[in-house]
Amino acid sequence: MPAAGVVMIVAVVMIIGALVYFLVSTIFALRKITNGLDDAISGVVGIIEKSAPVNDVVAAINQNLDAGVDLLEGLLVKKAGMADAVGLVDGLYPGAGAEGFRNFPESKTVRAPRISEVYTKGTLTLARLGREAPIAVTSPAGPALRNPAYGSRAARALYPGGRPAEPEPLPRSPIIGTGSPVQYPEGSNGADSGAV
Amino acid sequence: MTLEWIGDALLLLVLLPVVVYLLRGVLKAADSIVPSVEQIAAAAQAGSRDLDSVVLLASTQEHVIKTIESAAAYGGSLDVIIDDA
Repeated sequence: MPAAGVVMIVAVVMIIGALVYFLVSTIFALRKITNGLDDAISGVVGIIEKSAPVNDVVAAINQNLDAGVDLLEGLLVKKAGMADAVGLVDGLYPGAGAEGFRNFPESKTVRAPRISEVYTKGTLTLARLGREAPIAVTSPAGPALRNPAYGSRAARALYPGGRPAEPEPLPRSPIIGTGSPVQYPEGSNGADSGAV
Repeated sequence: MTLEWIGDALLLLVLLPVVVYLLRGVLKAADSIVPSVEQIAAAAQAGSRDLDSVVLLASTQEHVIKTIESAAAYGGSLDVIIDDA
């Protein structure tokens, strides 16, 4: 065999050897990739399965919370008045007064009294709710939540048929002693004067 | 005879280096993907584990409903007790 043929065979063998080496290495690398992708897919499937009910649950929670916010905002505005309600919210959450209430667009333009700067939150709330608290009359920038003079509506509810009139006078207590209009002789009717 | 030697030279000096270069590039690319895929798999598994507490949303929903019901009952009572502004 000529030398040129031998060199050609050697060259072809070397090329084939390089092909085998690199292709086999590539195959192993691709297998690693496949295994990694399988793990990733299983993880993603787990995420999808676990997060599937999240939308419905969160939507239901938000719906309930919205109803609660509407209820409490309405109650606060009804009982405290728009200005005091905005002031109270702004005192509890500084800056929230500017955003106003969701169901009361006019609350954004209300000038909120600076309630929390004068009194502590708890004192102020109790004071403005309390009918007889002196602070309720002169609380900052606004009337008391309950009218101190005519705040007995709840008490009147205890008497559905109307508050009872003045009760009938009871008989006077008997007069005893020497000035008593009825004198009992000593020892009469089995009386024991010795015990007096 | 001269053409055979030229062919051998082409095989050894041109074709073999080109084949090696191309295959090595493919292997490098495949090897570089492996750590990325492993990181993705680890992140997906960790994300899946993080979502284990999503089940608690059901109890959160129940608590929210009870809280809102209590607030509604309390608000109704306050509406009766406290005079309007």
